[in-house]
Amino acid sequence: MIAILVFAIGLLFSCGTYLVLQRTLTRVIIGFSLMAHGANLVLLTAGGRAGRSPIVDGGGGARFADPLAQAMILTAIVITFGVTAFMLALVLRSWRLTRDDEVEDDLEDRRIAELTEHGGLE
Amino acid sequence: MTALLALPIAVPLAGAALSLAARRRLALQRVIGLVATSCTLVSTVALLAVVETDGPRATQLGGLPAPAGITLVADLFSSLMLVVSSAMLLAVLVYAIGQRGTDSRSWVFHPVYLLLAAGISGAFLAGDLFNLFVTFEVMLTASYVLVTLGGTRDQVRAGMTYVVISLFASVLFLVSVGFVYAAAGSVNLADLAGRLDQLPDGLVGALGLLLFVVFGIKAAIFPLFFWLPDAYPTAPTPVTAIFAGLLTKVGVYAIIRTQTLLFLPDGGGASTLVLAFAGLTMVVGVLGAIAQNDIKRILSFHIVSQIGYMILGLGLLTVAGIAGAVFYIVHHIVVKTALFLAGGLVEHSTGSGSLARVGGLARRSPMIALLFLVPALSLAGLPPLSGFVAKLSLAEAGFAADHYLIVAVSLLVGLLTLFSMSKIWGGVFWGEVEPVVPDGAATKLRSPRLMTASTAALVALSLFVAVAARPIYDLCERAAEGLLDPTSYVAEVLR
Repeated sequence: MIAILVFAIGLLFSCGTYLVLQRTLTRVIIGFSLMAHGANLVLLTAGGRAGRSPIVDGGGGARFADPLAQAMILTAIVITFGVTAFMLALVLRSWRLTRDDEVEDDLEDRRIAELTEHGGLE
Repeated sequence: MTALLALPIAVPLAGAALSLAARRRLALQRVIGLVATSCTLVSTVALLAVVETDGPRATQLGGLPAPAGITLVADLFSSLMLVVSSAMLLAVLVYAIGQRGTDSRSWVFHPVYLLLAAGISGAFLAGDLFNLFVTFEVMLTASYVLVTLGGTRDQVRAGMTYVVISLFASVLFLVSVGFVYAAAGSVNLADLAGRLDQLPDGLVGALGLLLFVVFGIKAAIFPLFFWLPDAYPTAPTPVTAIFAGLLTKVGVYAIIRTQTLLFLPDGGGASTLVLAFAGLTMVVGVLGAIAQNDIKRILSFHIVSQIGYMILGLGLLTVAGIAGAVFYIVHHIVVKTALFLAGGLVEHSTGSGSLARVGGLARRSPMIALLFLVPALSLAGLPPLSGFVAKLSLAEAGFAADHYLIVAVSLLVGLLTLFSMSKIWGGVFWGEVEPVVPDGAATKLRSPRLMTASTAALVALSLFVAVAARPIYDLCERAAEGLLDPTSYVAEVLR
């Protein structure tokens, strides 16, 4: 079971990294969500072996699944949700301003690059 | 005690809620903001006084015992950071209220600003890695909103880069929290300090490096700094100033906290690596600044360069080195915020921050010139200003630890900093008086009183840091001793 999870984490992270490196903003968001899922699975595997029953009434011992890892995942999911919503709003704004879904070049960088090509900054 | 530790987070949070409720009434929002930040400042000063006499203080929120609960802990380092940061938050809020169009254009500004304050305080007080992650997210999410609040094309473009790179760092942070938990079975910093010793060296080294990269992105260390000079200058001046002064420093705080408590003391070769990155950060940052032609962009590159000095102090791993780093952070937060505010005054009174389009301001507005000159010279490290004390203490610590090369690099970078500051001075304050550029927000030449007053207060504070250098440095030295020998910190948390 752990092996499957580890494989899934690797897959999520590789796909996520690939998508985040794209220039299209919607793909960046999807890529980010995939990576966040991967991170949540990392936390889940950190909590111990799969197949244990959930904790009831604070009953301790190793027979129960680790509640702390699950609490951390829940918090992380909420945060990811909020940030993803914000990014979607930002992409919408970007679309309205430019009618385009791509990350723009930095103007100042481009200006300085042109200056250096033409020799001298002043 | 619990109340005093929770106040720096609870007061801004409550203020944010009230401010949200009062969203149609700007005057009320302003009063709420000022009252909340003032109360935060008072509570952090009280906390510093308690910690200064009694040593580290900790409390568990929600009543769960230490390793599992939500731990808030304040030692000298974190309470010192809290005092400085809440003073900055108050001063910048006054400036923002004085600047037309910053908080009046959108009712979101005040609630989000207070959330940012709560996030920053939370990051300084967090006693475990996961809560550090959560408070970082509170702070960063608020900062995303503030960066893009205007919704202009430039802000959305720059904001996007900033959001994506920060989110990447956050995911990496979450993964490292998972790894640490899997390896050591705890995320409580004080608990981890004991547990990591029993793990294999290679594993601990890898975890330390992972966290160094995570916080390195947030603190803008070479080679992870490239997002900063793009993202910061597009935001309104008060937002840029608070980001420049505080956000990267929270990253530096997290680096110093985690590395001293968990990893470095038995890291061996790791501290040489830290020194190398410190040197590269200083040099690349200052060279970047020299190539720029806009006040805010020059100052943004200087943030990168200055981060190098703080990391240098950490890399020395001696009490003197870390004390120097802590003093440097205190000095830097005040001076950098003041510089950005002064830069904002220039933009406000002339309509542009471009060196080519502004000139002769020293003759026209000597007050702005003075408010810029003092922190600029302090940043470059000229005696008798606070930057000189900070650099001197780092250089002395470097010599004492026999790291001559890095001290030489830091002195050279100081010279280059002076060069680039004189470039701003020559471009903006000397030379022919240029006509006012019409496209800016400014229509009047006179700077509003509130903006000038708040900048002047910060400049005065930076002078105070220089005058009271001895007692402040002693405080930093004791903070550094606490960082290098965390037994009382650990004992207090696991009590």
